[in-house]
Amino acid sequence: MAGSTLEIKNLHVSIEGNEILKGVNLTIKGGEFHAVMGPNGTGKSTLASAIMGHPKFEITEGSITLDGEDVLEMEVDERARAGLFLGMQYPSEISGVTTSDFLRSSINAKRGEGNEISLMKFIKEMDEALDFLEIDKNMAQRYLNEGFSGGEKKRNEILQLMLLKPEIAILDEIDSGLDIDALKVVSKGINKMREDNFGCLIITHYQRLLNYITPDQVHVMMQGRVVKSGGPELAQRLEAEGYEWIKEELGIEDETVGQNA
Amino acid sequence: MTVETKLPYDKDYIVQFSQDRNEPDWMKTLRLQALEQADSLDMPKPDKTKIDRWNFSRFNPNYAEGHAISSLNELPEELKALLDVENPPKNLLIQRNHSVAYHTLSEELKEKGVIFTDIFTAMQNHSDLVEQYYMKDAVSVDEHRLTALHAALMNGGLFVYVPKNVQIVEPIQVVFWQENPETALFNHVLVVADESSSLTYVENYLSQNETEETVANVVTEVIAKDNAKISFGAVDHFAAGTTTYMNRRGVTYRDASIDWALGQMNDGHTVFENLTHLIGDNSSGHAKMVTVGRGKQIQNFTTKSLHIGQDSDAHILQHGVMKEGATAIFNAIGKIEHGATRSNAEQESRVLMLSEKARGDANPILLIDENDVTAGHAASVGRVDPMQMYYLMSRGISQAEAERLIIHGFLAPVVKQLPIASVREQLTELIERKVY
Ligand SMILES: Nc1ncnc2c1ncn2[C@@H]1O[C@H](COP(=O)(O)OP(=O)(O)OP(=O)(O)O)[C@@H](O)[C@H]1O
Ligand SMILES: [Mg+2]
Repeated sequence: MAGSTLEIKNLHVSIEGNEILKGVNLTIKGGEFHAVMGPNGTGKSTLASAIMGHPKFEITEGSITLDGEDVLEMEVDERARAGLFLGMQYPSEISGVTTSDFLRSSINAKRGEGNEISLMKFIKEMDEALDFLEIDKNMAQRYLNEGFSGGEKKRNEILQLMLLKPEIAILDEIDSGLDIDALKVVSKGINKMREDNFGCLIITHYQRLLNYITPDQVHVMMQGRVVKSGGPELAQRLEAEGYEWIKEELGIEDETVGQNA
Repeated sequence: MTVETKLPYDKDYIVQFSQDRNEPDWMKTLRLQALEQADSLDMPKPDKTKIDRWNFSRFNPNYAEGHAISSLNELPEELKALLDVENPPKNLLIQRNHSVAYHTLSEELKEKGVIFTDIFTAMQNHSDLVEQYYMKDAVSVDEHRLTALHAALMNGGLFVYVPKNVQIVEPIQVVFWQENPETALFNHVLVVADESSSLTYVENYLSQNETEETVANVVTEVIAKDNAKISFGAVDHFAAGTTTYMNRRGVTYRDASIDWALGQMNDGHTVFENLTHLIGDNSSGHAKMVTVGRGKQIQNFTTKSLHIGQDSDAHILQHGVMKEGATAIFNAIGKIEHGATRSNAEQESRVLMLSEKARGDANPILLIDENDVTAGHAASVGRVDPMQMYYLMSRGISQAEAERLIIHGFLAPVVKQLPIASVREQLTELIERKVY
């Protein structure tokens, strides 16, 4: 079998006592691109955060495994080293730490002690990725995300993705706030990753991203669950018709997580 | 004045000290006046820190000669690390205890009339020039007991003078090495950049007295005449046994600027003051200060800009990391006098707490006596941001390493600004050593 498998089963997640995810099932394999769509406040970012191990979220039921290993038992950094990556909707700004130093630390964390990347090789790889993503080389010497525009932050997430080469990536609204040129560049970066050993979960509100990155499967979240799955045509129908028809089909009145079907 | 607090040195001591150094009369007179004043003046009262039980009275002020060296290779490793031994700095002075151990000044700068020499030699050769600036416009003798004591007992230091229109590109580097653990250091640094000149200056203080108690009472006066530009960097690292009073003060005249980058890495109790008097129109003072507190260390930091000239501009940045049972107060003061129109006073004080027992307090103070000005302040005391930790760890970086990156990043503003690579590395290493 090529690549890794991330398996999410019956996942229930709470924050401060409120249940937000109410039984999510999803399997992502190497070589597959999945899109997750859904109205605001339906639990998409929560799913991404729970997979990565965000400190505020509590898993109350269900499981997440990566190639059979229990992800929920791992610390955040262990999850990353096991092959998971989350491109965040709102990346943190870290003052005083240059993007380049951060990237090198991340790469070396994954490679492990005694196997650090040489400075020459690192600079070469970073420069190539910067060029590919049409990012100004000066950005590597700027402090991580500090004062970056929304679009620059997103490009920076993709830069990290390309250099860290995870097994499974989750990209949370990587397209939001991007102008059309940036959208093309970011899509180009994600598509370059496409191979049998790389699986990706793309959270987005817009079909336009999926015009550039064709998903193998599309999932719709409502009320903290995946309520519908299909092929790329599902995203197109959502773009054309919105979510009403799904709600009608499933008898959902309020799609946000506070409600139950 | 009760008997116990009476100073252990008298007029005769001072007269003898001054004669031994062959000082000009004005200096002897100033010392004697200061001694008298010291007896009656109060201790300084740094905001929110009680220093009356700190050791500012038990010390030995005697002049201690240090061995001169002929090559930097003779230095212990800790000092070598401060210098580029392979490529020795062209303009370097190492003061060992109270005497000069090593000194170079490039021919080029000598020819241009730059003076860079220890304070005693300066008083021999340039008495008038030193007298013109010594404790006149920046720091006054009678501010409080410690400034008066400083003036009375001054036993080391140096004088830098950059003539008009002379630009010093290569930094001037100075190391004050308090090798003798028993004698006190009453160091005086006087830096004068004349009109339209520029200077980059970097100094290090260093001692190793972990247990022996002593005092460092340092006054630094930095004068930037019209259109002069001074970049002043420092890393202080007095050991735990030293109680420190560190006063660095600048005066900027028209169109002049002073940029301070100060790494405060002392291990003992410290009162720190950095003030820039923005006297001239369109002058500026940018002060960046970082510190790490550990153990039971208590520190008080006051960074201040005093705006007198119009269009004067000041930025203050103070960042402190507090661990174990350390305490620190950070006072940032922007004072704009009436008439200093269109001045700008910005400040930022941030404290990062690494333990439950550490204490830190940031006090932003703006005192504004003029309408047409801009000012801003930000202050915070908090822990390492869990969202930043999450972000870094989500890239595979371990918790310990993520925290390390965040702390170094937090202290980077000063590290980055220090113009000498070896001193930058030393500060980074001191941070590493103090934090871990
Ligand atoms: N820290 C939090 N505290 C309280 N409620 C939260 C918190 N984070 C998320 N929620 C709630 O959980 C629900 C789901 O949020 P989530 O961010 O997962 O939605 P989303 O589907 O990603 O929405 P969007 O499309 O707007 O990004 C929302 O109702 C949100 O208010
Ligand atoms: Mg979201």
